[in-house]
Amino acid sequence: MTVGKIVEILDARVITGEADLGLEVGSACGADLMSDVMAFVKERVVLLTGLVNPQAIRTADLMDIRVVVFVRGKIPSEDMVEMARENGMILLSTRYSMFLACGRLYEAGLRQGGVREIC
Amino acid sequence: MKYRFTVPGDDFTMAGKASAEVKRILGQLGIDPTAVKRASVAMYEAEINMVIHAGGGVVEADITPERIMLTLRDEGPGIPDIELAMTEGYSTAPEWIRELGFGAGMGLPNMKRNADNLEIESEVGRGTTVRLLIRLDGSAPAAAERPGGGAVRGGSV
Repeated sequence: MTVGKIVEILDARVITGEADLGLEVGSACGADLMSDVMAFVKERVVLLTGLVNPQAIRTADLMDIRVVVFVRGKIPSEDMVEMARENGMILLSTRYSMFLACGRLYEAGLRQGGVREIC
Repeated sequence: MKYRFTVPGDDFTMAGKASAEVKRILGQLGIDPTAVKRASVAMYEAEINMVIHAGGGVVEADITPERIMLTLRDEGPGIPDIELAMTEGYSTAPEWIRELGFGAGMGLPNMKRNADNLEIESEVGRGTTVRLLIRLDGSAPAAAERPGGGAVRGGSV
């Protein structure tokens, strides 16, 4: 699924990364806990989070996550946007809650969880 | 090649900056991306711990063609029971840290999962040294499949 399609499904605002909306993602991960993101996330993932602080961007950067969606209408600070720009990331913001945002993406066909198998 | 970073302990928004810098350096050195990710995730967790619990510290990154050795030293309160601290889900982090997306007791298990060897030396009241080894010989399996290796030392009171 392209990031452009995600923007459409989530009626999202593109905060940065407008030029890269053709990027393909294969799975999604919804988490507010960054240690869980680091423990479980796989490749080519879109991260949905309600956590709005520099650690969300830093964690995504360390995990090679290129796309972050802030749920519940949250808007990142200018510092965070700048960090994301420097790292070539795409930031989106949607008014949908975490549950509804994940549900809409799942329904639209993004069905692979972005995490490794949890044993 | 050796690099040294000072991690400030009074500004949580800066936590992880040294790890991001190490990731950038490793990438520029052309190191295998899987190893880069393992090293930077393990270091990030250790760096976050250093800020949360120990008021910052110093990180040394020593990189050779065979391995990455990351040493994180602090002069914080130390870890009274390392075995307990290694338990997934065990945390002593305050509530405000949890609200920032950390402190869920995944830090040390994440370090163990990503490093080929993890050594922790800690003395209560004196501080903690964490050593993370990432081998670069290409034979290490991907982090997700790793059972996690390592050893812990010291820490008993």
